[in-house]
Amino acid sequence: MFTNFPLFPQQASAQAGQVDAIYFFMVAVTAFFSILIGGLVIFFAMRYRRRHRNEVGYAIHGSLALELLWTVIPFFIVMIMFGWGAKVFFDIYRPPTGAMEIYVVGKQWMWKVQHMDGQREINELHVPVGRPVKLIMGSEDVLHSYFIPAFRVKADVIPGRYNVLWFTASKPGVYHLFCAEYCGTKHSGMIGSVVAMEPADFQAWLAGGRADDSPVAAGEKLFQDLTCNTCHRSDTQGRGPMLAGVFGKQVELQNGSVVTADEAYIRESIVNPQAKIVAGFQPLMPTFQGLVSEEQLLQLISYVKSLSQQGAAPGSAPASPTMPQASGRPAVEKK
Amino acid sequence: MTTLNYINNGHGLASWLLTKDHKRIALLYLVSITAFFFLGGLFALMIRLELLTPAGDLMTAETYNKMFTMHGVVMVFFFLIPSIPAVLGNFLIPIMIGAKDLAFPRINLLSWYIYALGGLFTLFSALSGGVDTGWTFYTPYSTAAANSHVITAALGVFITGFSSILTGLNFIVTIHRMRAPGMTWFRLPLFVWSHYATSLIMILGTPVIAITVLLVAAERVLHMGIFDPALGGDPVLFQHMFWFYSHPAVYIMILPAMGVISEIVQAFARKNIFGYSFVAFSSLAIAIVGFFVWGHHIFVAGQSVYAGMIFSFLSFVVAIPSAIKVFNWTATIYRGSVSLDSPMLYAFGFIGLFTIGGLTGLFLAAMGLDIHVHDTYFIVAHFHYIMVGGAIMGYLGGMHYWWPKISGKLYSEGWAKLAAGMVFIGFNLTFFPQFLVGYLGMPRRYHMYPPEFQIFNVMSTAGATVLAAGYLLPMVYFTHSLFRGKPAPADPWGAKGLEWEIPSPPPTENFAISPIVTHGTHQYAPSKEVGVV
Repeated sequence: MFTNFPLFPQQASAQAGQVDAIYFFMVAVTAFFSILIGGLVIFFAMRYRRRHRNEVGYAIHGSLALELLWTVIPFFIVMIMFGWGAKVFFDIYRPPTGAMEIYVVGKQWMWKVQHMDGQREINELHVPVGRPVKLIMGSEDVLHSYFIPAFRVKADVIPGRYNVLWFTASKPGVYHLFCAEYCGTKHSGMIGSVVAMEPADFQAWLAGGRADDSPVAAGEKLFQDLTCNTCHRSDTQGRGPMLAGVFGKQVELQNGSVVTADEAYIRESIVNPQAKIVAGFQPLMPTFQGLVSEEQLLQLISYVKSLSQQGAAPGSAPASPTMPQASGRPAVEKK
Repeated sequence: MTTLNYINNGHGLASWLLTKDHKRIALLYLVSITAFFFLGGLFALMIRLELLTPAGDLMTAETYNKMFTMHGVVMVFFFLIPSIPAVLGNFLIPIMIGAKDLAFPRINLLSWYIYALGGLFTLFSALSGGVDTGWTFYTPYSTAAANSHVITAALGVFITGFSSILTGLNFIVTIHRMRAPGMTWFRLPLFVWSHYATSLIMILGTPVIAITVLLVAAERVLHMGIFDPALGGDPVLFQHMFWFYSHPAVYIMILPAMGVISEIVQAFARKNIFGYSFVAFSSLAIAIVGFFVWGHHIFVAGQSVYAGMIFSFLSFVVAIPSAIKVFNWTATIYRGSVSLDSPMLYAFGFIGLFTIGGLTGLFLAAMGLDIHVHDTYFIVAHFHYIMVGGAIMGYLGGMHYWWPKISGKLYSEGWAKLAAGMVFIGFNLTFFPQFLVGYLGMPRRYHMYPPEFQIFNVMSTAGATVLAAGYLLPMVYFTHSLFRGKPAPADPWGAKGLEWEIPSPPPTENFAISPIVTHGTHQYAPSKEVGVV
């Protein structure tokens, strides 16, 4: 009936070892103090058991030295845990530059994935081994959470904003993917698998996608279909700001403050254009909330991103030898 | 010819439902929270039966989701939060400080009615189809997507919150104003200190959850954009507001249990507590620091890393006063005169399980590790070690310790020991495997799960049946003792404290003449032997 009795999950990412190390340390501390306390309680209870009915204990009122001892020692131990835990968190939280980007959209009850090369998948995620992968995740409806136990990573997927999850798979294989944040009736069916592949196999898999289906190409088409291009022109004469070279830059707003043009800012500018008006422009843009889906938003964002990457020096765009220049493609396709 | 006591002083339903006696109100609470406990337990049993097999074969996903939601709502808001304060605290605080009643007897009765009204709303929501949002009511699911009776359940939580607030207010005023002559702050039983700290959280925290669930209802009904991003709201804002109360609420559950354990350990070691002021002030420290740790529930929800670090640091800090208590209880047993009566068995169970529960809480405070274990069965195991292994063990220990005082009857000690053993073993069998399956990655609130997790779930379900039997036993022998039990003397345990100086059950006015207190509680040995190790 039970084929195996696992006590410990597979380690299949570069981060997994770090998380397990702190886990083992804390298991050891827990075992030590549980056995210490349990042992003392049982030992005292036997050693000082009541021998006759009217016996009473000694009146001992306390000891400042002992109180300090068992305040200070635990404090130092938990501070080690705090520092260690924070360090591991920072490492897992901050994606390295140049990570391969993949868009993920959660919706009741499935995971939709768009690769930059045009491959799309549902409830699966194919990734290469040995290369940092950064998931940019949004939700179509309620909260979800993207959880890959074998990689020891998890991040909530929150409607209305983007959350990022990154990892470097270290071992080829097929691993569980779970939605970890309760999201309604079929929450436990919002599962799938992460397929970690050797880079060559991954390339072969990736080649199965259609290039014109890439988020950048789809975003460019959408940009024209929604007539964004009538105001956001490629010259400075448009009624809206020129978008080439904007992504990742500081943008000065009408109220004098400055904002970095990241994914969240572009998303907000599309669904809630009045929130932050760029200096020198009128608040003319209508909202596109409800007109574009989360997936389409991600496509528009990747198109806007691509506009910055063509302007940059060739080769500086996040790319790696194992993957053809996804970001370079629109430049070729344009006209 | 029986003497007049609070139980036989007045007969008929009205004499109970309109009583202003804190002891009778405590019994009203006892009956109602016991009903909710078994209702919540029934939901738990359904959950465990469904999880016996990996497939979702016993009930639909929708029903399963309602089961764990109702289990959480009923157990947290209608059993754990009121349990020790409203029953044992209500009964004992006035007696322990030498008072005739709480400061506001009518408000005390009102609290019970408010609790009952909130309970009716929740029962209505359960019977009319149930809620499926999880007890956490996370937005925007609860406000925009859930298709169940969210409003009635939310109103039930909203209403019952006022019962909590009024009880806390009553306790604080009582402890400040009603102490008998000579009952100085540092002679107060530690049970009273822990209830003082609990009451602070009730008063300061509960209004926030009341506002939060009201906003959920407002967004659901009126489509006010507060939490739903589609309406311009922020779903993570809800999590901040919810946990600002609901994390301290954990301390509402555990602090009173700690107070019970302090009393039991002293009584059954026949020895005053080791480090009285450290134990007393650690309760206040937990209550205060506990208000600033809520962000550890939101590490993976995109919260700022620096905010996360502060919450992580404070979450580690709040563990220290709990550790101090555990060390002091252990030191109290040293050179005591220890008898292993059933309340002491529960206290030992509490110390062991709370130690594991507390230490595994540190796993969740460590940010890098929390990423992996967050929202898995590891968390489920951890908080059940605190709430069931801690709070319910404390509650049962307290019930066994004070039952002779409350009922005036002695129960069967042999059965009680057996029940304590079953609860301990059943509990560990239920929840220890959940640590393992949680680290393996099994998410919580899953109706179906991959087959490799089955063995742990089978163990859990087996343990839960033992646990359920362990919980039913006290119902049987306590009830039996009411009719057939031997009359309890004033002080059946040879314990010290004002509650043991008056008859069992106590007379309505508690004390014929106000006692004059000359020393702290639990002074067993002659004072000349007072020393320091």
